[in-house]
Amino acid sequence: MKNRLKVLRAERDWTQADLANALAVSRQTANAIEKGKFDPSLPLAFKIARLFNLTVEDIFIDDEHT
Amino acid sequence: MKDINQDGTICTPHHKTNILHLGLWTLAWLASTALLRFGAEYIWDYQPAYSIAALMTHLALGVAMIMVNVKHLANLDELQRKITMDAMGITLGVGLIAGIAYEQLEDIKLISFEPEINHLIMLMSITYIISILVGNRKYK
Repeated sequence: MKNRLKVLRAERDWTQADLANALAVSRQTANAIEKGKFDPSLPLAFKIARLFNLTVEDIFIDDEHT
Repeated sequence: MKDINQDGTICTPHHKTNILHLGLWTLAWLASTALLRFGAEYIWDYQPAYSIAALMTHLALGVAMIMVNVKHLANLDELQRKITMDAMGITLGVGLIAGIAYEQLEDIKLISFEPEINHLIMLMSITYIISILVGNRKYK
């Protein structure tokens, strides 16, 4: 699943470690989600959305509907 | 306070404590295994009461180790948990398939010695370590 995390993070001048800290996950996990290697659970996806004040759909793009 | 290791793994004081507890309980369980194995022969001369006490201690420490491991798993983040659970699944599968095949080897006269559980434990340990490394590399 693609996502806009890298752009959103860059807009706020956050490092992956900052994002990982804010989400209480490892940097490995933040990186894997950002690169689309790992799809987060629904609770973590909502947590990410809350962090950026966006909806889940604004951040994650379903590959099957693109 | 939360630290991020160079390899990207998360390391809170809570996380470190869990790993330390897991290591200590594993060491205690290993020590009880050695005591059970060699105590009867070298310390209490096969007296059943001592052997039963050593066996009960060994089992109790094993249960404690499992519970600490479950707690450790619960405190991992979801990717770390997936990597660990995948590695456990592969290890269980390899252990079951290789264990049954290995056990048959003597029966069908392909080996002349009796299969030992230690060999299976070593295979499972190596499988688990490789699976963890491959999993971490996959999501690097």
